[in-house]
Amino acid sequence: MNNLRGIYTIWFREILRFRYDKARMFTSLVFPVLFLFVFGTGLRGSIGILGGGIDFIQFMFPGIIGMSVLVGSFMTGVSVVWDREFGFLKEVLVAPISRVSVALGKTFGSATVATIQGLIIMIFAPVVDVSLSPLTILSLLPLMFLLAASMGSLGILLASRIKSMEAFQAVMQMLMFPMAFLSGVFFIMEGLPSWMNVLVKLNPATYGITPIRQVVLGSSPELPYNITLFGHVMSIWENVGVMAAFGIVMTILAMWSFGSQE
Amino acid sequence: MRVCYTGIDMPDYIIHVENLVKKFGELVAVDDISFDIPPGEIFGFLGPNGAGKTTTINILCTLLKPTSGRAIVNGFDVSRQQNQVRQSIGLVFQDPSLDERLSALQNLRFHAMVYDVASSVREQRIEHILRMVELWDKRNNIVQTFSGGMKRRLELARGLLHYPKILFLDEPTLGLDPQTRNHIWEYVLELRKREGTTIFLTTHYMEEAEKANRVAIVDHGQLVAIDSPRKLKHRMGKDIISVKTDNNNKATEEIKLRYKTEVRQDEDQLTFAVANGDEFLPTFIKEFGTKIISISLRRPTLEDVFLKLTGREIREEENIDVFKALTRQHGRRMRR
Repeated sequence: MNNLRGIYTIWFREILRFRYDKARMFTSLVFPVLFLFVFGTGLRGSIGILGGGIDFIQFMFPGIIGMSVLVGSFMTGVSVVWDREFGFLKEVLVAPISRVSVALGKTFGSATVATIQGLIIMIFAPVVDVSLSPLTILSLLPLMFLLAASMGSLGILLASRIKSMEAFQAVMQMLMFPMAFLSGVFFIMEGLPSWMNVLVKLNPATYGITPIRQVVLGSSPELPYNITLFGHVMSIWENVGVMAAFGIVMTILAMWSFGSQE
Repeated sequence: MRVCYTGIDMPDYIIHVENLVKKFGELVAVDDISFDIPPGEIFGFLGPNGAGKTTTINILCTLLKPTSGRAIVNGFDVSRQQNQVRQSIGLVFQDPSLDERLSALQNLRFHAMVYDVASSVREQRIEHILRMVELWDKRNNIVQTFSGGMKRRLELARGLLHYPKILFLDEPTLGLDPQTRNHIWEYVLELRKREGTTIFLTTHYMEEAEKANRVAIVDHGQLVAIDSPRKLKHRMGKDIISVKTDNNNKATEEIKLRYKTEVRQDEDQLTFAVANGDEFLPTFIKEFGTKIISISLRRPTLEDVFLKLTGREIREEENIDVFKALTRQHGRRMRR
């Protein structure tokens, strides 16, 4: 009961802060839009139609939704380091709620915000001629939340050990860009050089972003953007399973690490 | 006397600290400290920077785990019953700890929620406490726009919101103007009178330490004295003479030789302690060989006690701290 109240309060504060932060809401749109329209339109001319009759911009669109969720989820750790820097973390740590509920509240709060950021990107669906039914959007919600919460836990884990803002931001950038670029947002996973193939498949974000695409554009096994592991084409549920497993491990590590810090 | 701490019986002491030790690697920050605080006391905790004050507070409020020894707060063990301890205490930290992006009201609501203040009394209590610190009119303003004094008052209000048994004030008025400082003290003293709240205070201001029922002085992680301000000063025994002469070096020699006492030289002024200063002064002026420019006599202050026990002046520390606080705030603003 105590813990639920704690999780809820911490979660609520994250939402409240996001609501007041117009700048963050706006900047979270800039990168995805830039990638989608500048990058997408530029490359569409030379790439054109992919296998399965999918237009390149349409192919990119669900990837961009996933990427904005991914980028949003990286705010989880940042907000912990930020709170520490500005002293508010102390108020939270001496409050009569457990560290575990603080870590979970932060993760869920930021994941909710990241999911909202993903939802905002969906308003561009008509522009790129992708149709999103209410049912599709509804089934995307848990997928986006899972991706954000799993990555967010990784952020909490790092933030409980890396205490300075500067060091943390450096580590985040080092992780964020490779993770975003090597997750199949911008390219299909067929015919990649073997080193890149290995990296893409080791990247946990791949298993969070691919199911979003599978839900939006279809998931029949012959489509070129599916993940093939050891000759097996991964279904939506299998991808979700990998993502969830990573998320659970990260959450346990994050709660342990955040709970034991001084 | 053995006291049973069960958390149900009313303990004789609201804070009980026993052989407390905290090590950071090789460094011993708190070195075998023991003390007891009865309920309702204002307890002053003084010491130079790095003496272990904040480390001790952090242990008492469960932010740090002791290396050995134990501490009981409101009947609860700080290492094993953290949530109960946290529910019993209120804190005003040395460094700001508000969410500057939210309004005053939102900061207090957050606090009320995590401290489980019943929602039926929440809003009413918030209003009462905001009126008390005179911030009710500003309740919807974002904290970022507040002055240093307003932020401190808000932090105090927040620390009191869940009616803590013990209020920890870690340098509560550092860097504030005297008017705001007095204001904050009015609230604190009124609260103590009304609720019987125990107050655990660290400060650099001697006027504030004088308000304490008892003062503990720590140095190098150890307790060097603990008593009421009056008794501590009394223990000094002597009055303080400050004198300026036209040749301080020669005067120092003469005082040492003639009165067998230690002399301290700050800038162009000599200070030394004598018994019965009132009677000493006329004789001194008559028989002293070096030409005296000015002379004054005063009773010992806590400042003198502090100086004698730690070898450092508390004011020196204060200036450094104010500077640090200012640069920190500035630095933060720059980063935004």
